[in-house]
Amino acid sequence: MIDWGYFTDLFVSGLTKGSIYALIALGYTMVYGIIQLINFAHGEIYMIGAFTALIFAVLLGKFGLSTGFIFLIVTVIAVIYASAYGYTVEKIAYKPLRNAPRLSPLISAIGMSLFLQNYVMLAQTPDFVPFPDLIPHIGILDKISDYIDPVGLIIIIVTFIVMIALHFFIKKTKIGKAMRATAQNKTMAMLCGVDVDKTISMTFIIGSALAAIGGVLIGSYVGQINFFIGFMAGLKAFTAAVLGGIGSIPGAALGGIILGLTESFGAGYISSDYQDVFAFILLVLILIFRPAGILGKTDTEKV
Amino acid sequence: MKGVIEETKKSLVAALWFVFLTFPIMVMKVDTADNKIIFRWKNILYVAIAAFILSYLWRYFLERKERKGSSDEDSIIYKVLSNPKYSRPFYAAVLPFAIAFPWLFSTYQTNIMATALIYVMLGLGLNIVVGLAGLLDLGYVAFYAVGAYAYALLNYHFGLNFWEVLPIAGILAAFAGILLGFPVLRLRGDYLAIVTLGFGEIIRIVLENWDSVTFGPSGISGVPRPPLFGIKMNVNQSLIYIYYITLAFVIFTIFVVNRLQNSRLGRAWLALKEDDIACQAMGIDRVTAKLTAFALGATWAGFAGVIFAAKTTYVSPASFTFFESVVILSIVVLGGMGSIVGVILAALVMILLPEYLRAFSDYRMLIFALALVLVMVFKPEGLIPFRGGRFVYKKKESAEGGNE
Repeated sequence: MIDWGYFTDLFVSGLTKGSIYALIALGYTMVYGIIQLINFAHGEIYMIGAFTALIFAVLLGKFGLSTGFIFLIVTVIAVIYASAYGYTVEKIAYKPLRNAPRLSPLISAIGMSLFLQNYVMLAQTPDFVPFPDLIPHIGILDKISDYIDPVGLIIIIVTFIVMIALHFFIKKTKIGKAMRATAQNKTMAMLCGVDVDKTISMTFIIGSALAAIGGVLIGSYVGQINFFIGFMAGLKAFTAAVLGGIGSIPGAALGGIILGLTESFGAGYISSDYQDVFAFILLVLILIFRPAGILGKTDTEKV
Repeated sequence: MKGVIEETKKSLVAALWFVFLTFPIMVMKVDTADNKIIFRWKNILYVAIAAFILSYLWRYFLERKERKGSSDEDSIIYKVLSNPKYSRPFYAAVLPFAIAFPWLFSTYQTNIMATALIYVMLGLGLNIVVGLAGLLDLGYVAFYAVGAYAYALLNYHFGLNFWEVLPIAGILAAFAGILLGFPVLRLRGDYLAIVTLGFGEIIRIVLENWDSVTFGPSGISGVPRPPLFGIKMNVNQSLIYIYYITLAFVIFTIFVVNRLQNSRLGRAWLALKEDDIACQAMGIDRVTAKLTAFALGATWAGFAGVIFAAKTTYVSPASFTFFESVVILSIVVLGGMGSIVGVILAALVMILLPEYLRAFSDYRMLIFALALVLVMVFKPEGLIPFRGGRFVYKKKESAEGGNE
């Protein structure tokens, strides 16, 4: 006998977490698609987004503004700051390494990730900090069901809207076209008049902005953050990106959701201690059978 | 004169940018107790000055690197050490020093040195996988954990001693290496990185949660130190004993890796690293080459794990985090992938330096992280790049060179 209430509960929480993984995974996938680099510092950008949001939320909280309004302002500020960090990280740690051996930018990315973690830890606090409940409650959503968490539902909706926007941005705008061209072939794009450096910066900025939105949402959802949250989230998001097929934007979204659901059901029905293990086992299994990920193209090896 | 003004302008912009960037994190601090913000205005000044100066240095060094180009010139240390005329006396001097070390310095120093030597072993082991075979392994620490837990558990349950466990742990770790190797045989580059990372995390999470066997996060304490023909030793003596065991292992490792590099298998690895597909076309068995690389690399981590457990007499999952893998990988990459001397020097620097920087213990990690980025930016091939295994065709007219 299946307990449907429990099932729905797990399903929605899996979907919620999955959509946040997907948001962060988009940043990984876009960066990887364009410069073939695992941007290990991406998880930290998400963490910084969450921290910036928290700081401004506490500051604005003194002025007696409505929660919804604070949520909007704080998200905008977090997006601006996270983008600025993403841009700067690219300029410092990756741009000078464009022509270096493949492992060098990876190590530099890991170094950047550790640096940002310790920077926030020293400048703020090593402890968990409570995050205010910013997501506004909408009456109708509260009444849908006893099992469906209204905050989770809003997160899913927000993520969905952001993804649709990103999709159109990439397909329709000039920058989006430049990004796709650069991802295809950097030299050709350059010859066709695409400013490759600017496009790469743009990719980092957009990826970081999405991560910041994820950071604000997860802060409100979980209710506490610390300097280390970027690490696991980044790892999971990267796993999601690989699951879906790295470099593919719908793949990242799909991968994030599959990962979120796997974790949620795994924790709910098997064991919550091993929640993080399921993600990696799933990854290994998928890669054995589909090395390019679910939606990834299996391109022929060029010699 | 104009150049100076231009540079100053750029540095001013950089300073302003970093003041903006670090404003929320550095200046405002959340006070959780009262739920309010504490402002630390002084930090603006610090950030501005630091960014201004660093921006100057940054551009100066980048320009210098640009001007020099990625010259193929060998580093001085490499030149000296690759020439038998200099290297033999050098080794002849280092070895007695290493042997005399415990008698020249305090126990504390010996202890640190032993730790550094364990990392030399780990670095050389990972160097087989990453430096020689070019397989990016981000979960190397898992094999280290297998070795350490093998000793702790076999000793706890069956009372086996250090020397009995050592070969078993090596075999177990090699087995784990093959276990990881099989599913990832078809994966390349970054996919491999993420799967190995996942593997490392799986092992750590299992160690943390499988309470009935591994005692969970609290770990296993009271792991015995290695015995020496039943002679009773006090803590200091056994520490010195462990130091010698580690030293012997390091020498053994250097010997084996050195021999491997020039063996048939070692050349197969180097070929694999250069070009996977061409290598297969040449009739090299990729499966065997990759699996042996994983297995051999893992064996060394297993040995190092046993020594580590014997040295600290305590194992817990906290010693085997992703960060450890990063440190070991950094040793390999900073030293110069594939370069034995480079790996040894990098291991000594990376492990000893933080120990002596205790005064700045809060900022240790920050400095370490920064150093990683800076070395990669300014010396992406590592401190002592590996030149072996690459046969460069030199034109007689030196003016025309430049092609690889």
